Amino acid sequence: MSAGARTRAAARARLGPRTLLAALALAGLAALVVWAVSELTPFGTPSGPANGVVKTLVFKRHAANAVNGVTYDLRGLDTLGEELILFVAALGSSVLLRHGRESDEVERKRAGNEPGPRTADALRAYGTALVGPLVVLGVYVVTHGHLTPGGGFQGGVILAAGLLLAYAAGQVVALERVEPTTLVEVTDATGAMAYALVAVGGLVFASAALYNFLPLGTTGQLLSSGTILVLSCAVGVEVTGAVALILTELLDQTLLVGRE
Amino acid sequence: MSVLPYLVAAWLLVIGLWGVITSRHLVHMVLCLGVVQSSTYVLLLAVGYRTGGQAPIVSSSVPPSSPFVDPIVQALTLTDVVVEATVVAVLLALTVQAHKRFGTADPNALGALRG
Repeated sequence: MSAGARTRAAARARLGPRTLLAALALAGLAALVVWAVSELTPFGTPSGPANGVVKTLVFKRHAANAVNGVTYDLRGLDTLGEELILFVAALGSSVLLRHGRESDEVERKRAGNEPGPRTADALRAYGTALVGPLVVLGVYVVTHGHLTPGGGFQGGVILAAGLLLAYAAGQVVALERVEPTTLVEVTDATGAMAYALVAVGGLVFASAALYNFLPLGTTGQLLSSGTILVLSCAVGVEVTGAVALILTELLDQTLLVGRE
Repeated sequence: MSVLPYLVAAWLLVIGLWGVITSRHLVHMVLCLGVVQSSTYVLLLAVGYRTGGQAPIVSSSVPPSSPFVDPIVQALTLTDVVVEATVVAVLLALTVQAHKRFGTADPNALGALRG
């Protein structure tokens, strides 16, 4: 019996009563959940007003993609809260991860002319070649959210992934060029702000916050659906900033820990 | 088997919670929480599914009169995914700080240290 196995066995013995209690509690929970879902409408026949919602969005808001129509118009206020959740989470994780380190510690370590472990040439060439197409794809997904599957959240994550790819391709050196933290923070705040401004615009130019006050255009064209397109772009900018900020902060940790 | 999707959701919920309870590493625990949350995606999408329905995206080949799956629950699922991403980000940041402070990421050891 190896030392590792002994530790594992000891840990399992310590977990004994807790595991038993958990198994009983989860069995009870499973029974309750199964009981609850057995009362739902049968699978495949939803009772919600799906077709009515789709028609409203297509004919009144000129949004071909009903999912984004719901997200940025019917539930626009919820999405305002949702993107603020993301904003606050990015803020929260940076505050947590920056806690207890000098304000310029990362910059000093970066400037300490210790280049990170060199990545393979193939990875760098491949990564560099992919950054451009990935950014184009991200912008496409953000700006066509009202026509095809996609939208601000999905496209924003793709854009942030493009920045992460630049990091993977060039390690920290490229990241310093592509992704200065201040720019990422400003991007995050700008997107969140833009959404809030469109929400206020509804109050100024129409009767209610987030009212779709822009010209609606023709269904199926790029410039259509009014504020749905604008809000999708605002969210795209905000998500790019937030995800890139979270990734930057987590990657800075490897820098701090790895070079100590 | 019309209840199968609901049973999958229930299974994901229970097995994810089981993982959280028996977890021995904080990163593992965070990922198990992700499994718990993915049960809600399955449940939401199952609630809105319509047999033979189209994706709720109108195009020249899909007229607005054809049957659609429910776009509202799909939008809710989108919200759900965003919330999970934020929760995972904050929890991972907390994990990093816990590891810095206690020198371990084993939740049981953290409890012992606090006494």
